[in-house]
Amino acid sequence: MKSIAVVGASLAGLRAVETLRSEGFDGDLHLVGDEVHRPYDRPPLSKQILSGDWDVERIWLTAEEKFDELDLKTNLGDAAVSFDAATLAVTLASGLVLDVDGVVIATGARTRTIGEPLGGVYTLRTLDDAQAIRAAFQAGPSRVVVIGAGFIGAEVAASARGLGLDVTMIEMAESPFERSLGAEMGAVLAEVHRDHGVDLRLGVGCAAIVGEEHVESIRLTDGSMIETDLVIVGIGVIPNVEWLEGSGLNIENGVVCDATSLAAPGVVAAGDVAEWPNGHFGETMRVEHWDNAITQAVHAAKRLLHGESVGPYEPVPWFWSDQYDRKIQLAGRTTGFDSFEIVNGDIESRKFAAIYGRNGTIVAVLGFNRPRHVMRYRQLIDAKTSWADALAAEF
Amino acid sequence: MSFKVVVDYDLCESNAICMQIAPDVFEVRDDDFLYLLTEAPDEDQRVKVQESVQRCPKQAIAIVDTED
Ligand SMILES: Cc1cc2nc3c(=O)[nH]c(=O)nc-3n(C[C@H](O)[C@H](O)[C@H](O)COP(=O)(O)OP(=O)(O)OC[C@H]3O[C@@H](n4cnc5c(N)ncnc54)[C@H](O)[C@@H]3O)c2cc1C
Ligand code: SF4
Repeated sequence: MKSIAVVGASLAGLRAVETLRSEGFDGDLHLVGDEVHRPYDRPPLSKQILSGDWDVERIWLTAEEKFDELDLKTNLGDAAVSFDAATLAVTLASGLVLDVDGVVIATGARTRTIGEPLGGVYTLRTLDDAQAIRAAFQAGPSRVVVIGAGFIGAEVAASARGLGLDVTMIEMAESPFERSLGAEMGAVLAEVHRDHGVDLRLGVGCAAIVGEEHVESIRLTDGSMIETDLVIVGIGVIPNVEWLEGSGLNIENGVVCDATSLAAPGVVAAGDVAEWPNGHFGETMRVEHWDNAITQAVHAAKRLLHGESVGPYEPVPWFWSDQYDRKIQLAGRTTGFDSFEIVNGDIESRKFAAIYGRNGTIVAVLGFNRPRHVMRYRQLIDAKTSWADALAAEF
Repeated sequence: MSFKVVVDYDLCESNAICMQIAPDVFEVRDDDFLYLLTEAPDEDQRVKVQESVQRCPKQAIAIVDTED
């Protein structure tokens, strides 16, 4: 292989180019990204950047000298607009066509929005978004309305409360965080927000955002109105696959890969944009977590260079979320769990570890300020330990 | 050449990723603080420590090469 293009210059894209180089690839290496910034880290955006604890200089994923050492041909601020999986030609918005023998797709995801753009209404995915929301926080809004109690919305709510702002968070589901944590644990997290003064409204959605040039209020599906001049929409993300239309690749809920991360001959995908069958759970998944973007990028880069011998990618997905003084971590998948047990600490103190089982095997662990336990049980999940043995384990 | 591991404890959030990768070097204990089991690990730990540097979400770990 003489030349490779990595498309998407964020976490997965950066870890892919680093891995290609450390695995000995010394040919032409292109890094294409539609953002003008060099790769930066997203998790601090909803945490330390919104709260003002960090200044921007701390979010770069790599120091400038180290980035230069990778000897890349960078095309930043120039989006890929089309791709042909037969010839591997990548066409950029500027008209440039990259003629390469290998491609890593790492274009991630973007936020879902509601209605037309309106002043005072934001989503949070990029550094520019975070800086705009930070400025809006500092301008002293009358109230912050967060639409959607997902993890990002919840972190925005926590950061806003930390600054003393009034926060209303609305969530269509009766039971927030249910999809990832299950109803019971979702309710525990919801209580944490109420205790910190968030006006949390469950079972109602946003029917309309009202305002001429700037938001004035939002109307809820139950007909009630909330007056506000700042709205953060946190209703999930959509994978960035439009540039792959007509490429010949299979696109469903993301770029469809085989178990080894291969999407087509000479094409691999990783991070938030990639969907693949994870043999560990017997489930096809697309994972929107930081750690997965790294491990999948490393795997995909090796797959591209070394071929099938690299084997299937079968991780136990893991994520963390910081809300107030709680570190919430979940490893594994709670989908369809039939057993559940608190194995350390207790719910009252909100410091605990809990495990989830399915068909007699441990499949997930949740920790509230219990990182050590999460990692230990994660190893049991990795080893497909029986539910009985997991319950008997002591850490 | 040997190396030293340096952790910036102000950045570390004790999520124990490094412990999962290199349990002979990093340990998060019950007090939820990270402890270094050794500051100068054997050379055969280098790859694991490097992976920890790369995967630490807080970028709190650094490797410093030493002369001897
Ligand atoms: C505010 C926030 C907080 C988060 N907090 C956590 C957390 O606490 N824990 C956790 O586990 N995860 C967290 N995440 C998720 C984590 O950041 C993502 O999983 C990770 O960024 C995915 O990396 P990626 O490289 O796959 O995709 P992205 O980071 O989405 O990067 C894709 C890049 O490709 C670019 N791109 C898109 N289309 C094109 C194109 N056609 N041509 C060129 N470039 C293109 C995009 O602009 C972007 O720069 C958070 C995410 C956000 C937004
Ligand atoms: S991976 Fe980083 S943040 Fe996590 S415990 Fe280790 S040093 Fe601390």
